[in-house]
Amino acid sequence: MPEYQNIFTRVQIRGPAHAGVPVAQGPFTREFTPFFSHFLGELGNAQVGPIYLGSLGVASLLFGFVAIEIIGLNMWASVGWNPVLFLRDLPWLALEPPSPAYGLQIPPLNQGGWWLMAGFFLTSSMILWFLRIYRRSRQLGLGTHTAWAFASAVWLYLCLGFFRPILMGAWGEAPPFGIFPHLDWTVAFSLRCGNLYYNPFHMLSIVFLYGSVLLFAMHAATILAVSRFGGDKEVEQTIDRGTASERAALFWRWTMGFNATMESIHRWAWWFAVLTPLTGGIGILLTGTVVDDWFLWGVKHGLAPHYAAIYGTVADPAQGGK
Amino acid sequence: MAMLSFEKKYRVPGGTLLGGELFDFWVGPFYVGFFGVTTIFFSVLGTLLIIYGAAIGPTWNIWQIDIAPPDISYGLGLAPLAKGGLWQIITICAIGSFASWALREVEISRKLGMGLHVPFAYSVAVFAYVTLEVFRPVLMGAWGNAFPYGIMAHLDWVSNTGYNYLNFEYNPAHMIAVTLFFTTTFALSLHGSLVLSAINPGEGEEVKTADHEDTFFRDFIGYSVGTLGIHRLGLFLALGAGFFSAMCILISGPFWTAGWPSWWNWWLNMPIWPTH
Repeated sequence: MPEYQNIFTRVQIRGPAHAGVPVAQGPFTREFTPFFSHFLGELGNAQVGPIYLGSLGVASLLFGFVAIEIIGLNMWASVGWNPVLFLRDLPWLALEPPSPAYGLQIPPLNQGGWWLMAGFFLTSSMILWFLRIYRRSRQLGLGTHTAWAFASAVWLYLCLGFFRPILMGAWGEAPPFGIFPHLDWTVAFSLRCGNLYYNPFHMLSIVFLYGSVLLFAMHAATILAVSRFGGDKEVEQTIDRGTASERAALFWRWTMGFNATMESIHRWAWWFAVLTPLTGGIGILLTGTVVDDWFLWGVKHGLAPHYAAIYGTVADPAQGGK
Repeated sequence: MAMLSFEKKYRVPGGTLLGGELFDFWVGPFYVGFFGVTTIFFSVLGTLLIIYGAAIGPTWNIWQIDIAPPDISYGLGLAPLAKGGLWQIITICAIGSFASWALREVEISRKLGMGLHVPFAYSVAVFAYVTLEVFRPVLMGAWGNAFPYGIMAHLDWVSNTGYNYLNFEYNPAHMIAVTLFFTTTFALSLHGSLVLSAINPGEGEEVKTADHEDTFFRDFIGYSVGTLGIHRLGLFLALGAGFFSAMCILISGPFWTAGWPSWWNWWLNMPIWPTH
């Protein structure tokens, strides 16, 4: 293993740990003595810690812990508190939302009340986490881009579990907590709404998801390819363009006729990543509220052809048909 | 000339793999090279064949144009043009142009004195494409198992292929791939945000450097992977997403024909569970 990967950034560095840039002291300070991990040093920085929790961090972790406890204990209760069954069936276990009959009321605890409470604590935890990111960025004199990117993910979570159920008039519309159960919910949701692939906002969300992965592959590969010229020093290269930045730009200009700059590639990255849950959330909010069946919507708007009715009409037993 | 202010000194001869100095020139901002010529040949031919396929097909509706592979009954044989033969030639053109593009990236990397990370990363995406259109159909014995060229047509194919295995989200490789897709996007948002927040710290603040970036992430989650490490991590995650996408479809059909939910029975049937 070479000690130097490139001219500027040493890997497996050992020495006095970096305590972090000085910052105005509040009642909370940075916790834990930093240590070095050889394993992590194979990939990136070897130093682990310290961490700053602060009041918002502590509150966020507490709320998140309560949410996980509610979910886990409900799952355990669902197998009669049998520890072996809990372990064996864990991927299949769920904390389900209330039945649609409860509408938007607060149901009894074991009829979905626990689900509502877990959702409340998890949402609170995420909002506190957002505030923590925002405040720490400001304290360190950084922009608040990380906080707003996180807010975009919270938006999708709330569209699925809060806003759409309210628009539909029942908590029962929300996904359950659970590994396989939330996958089952996703597939059933798509089927019930006539295939989510015909939802244009689902299309956009997928484009931004795949686009984000493509962008990160392109960006990361480019930076690694020019790291021998100091390309990983992106802030410095942005302020004072060096040969790494020039070669990275020319690579893409010569390849596809267009290039970003050292700063703008991170704007592309930020928007692609942020638009993934943003457009996805819009697609969720429209489903069942504005559009019942995305396939029929697609037929109406020319996405899909009209198919001949080859099976004749089928009476719906639920409608009293014969 | 479509040249950037600093571009002229980088436009030097050399670094080609094939053709020597014959194709070693630029057209506007584009580098040509031997593989630029083959890229143009394959991509123009493939695109024209798609347009021809649309012309002999039932619709010009951009969403509904569908150039389908041959029927399963043709197996791995050649099909008449209008019955999947076009799809076969278009697939050859696609692979030809993707390979040319990758090799052109190699030439440009060499010319600029860069590592070969980009063409390597790109070839993982090409590998996923070839897995879907060649490896899996060959293993299953018919080109008809490949996906069609069309906007809604390829979505319908994904949907139908998924339901052939009841619920594709129970496919363990699909789980890993989806997790990597989400994680890559998550990591990209964190990386983009961090760099932008250091360069654009707000009114009256000085631009920050890696010391502040590292401090922010250590304060935030107790670890900062660093400016070099984040690009290694990002490339690893992104290529993992592509690789496991290829794996999840490759095992569906050639190696597993039942519904994916029942694959998990091995866990329930392990001998460690007490029997009642």
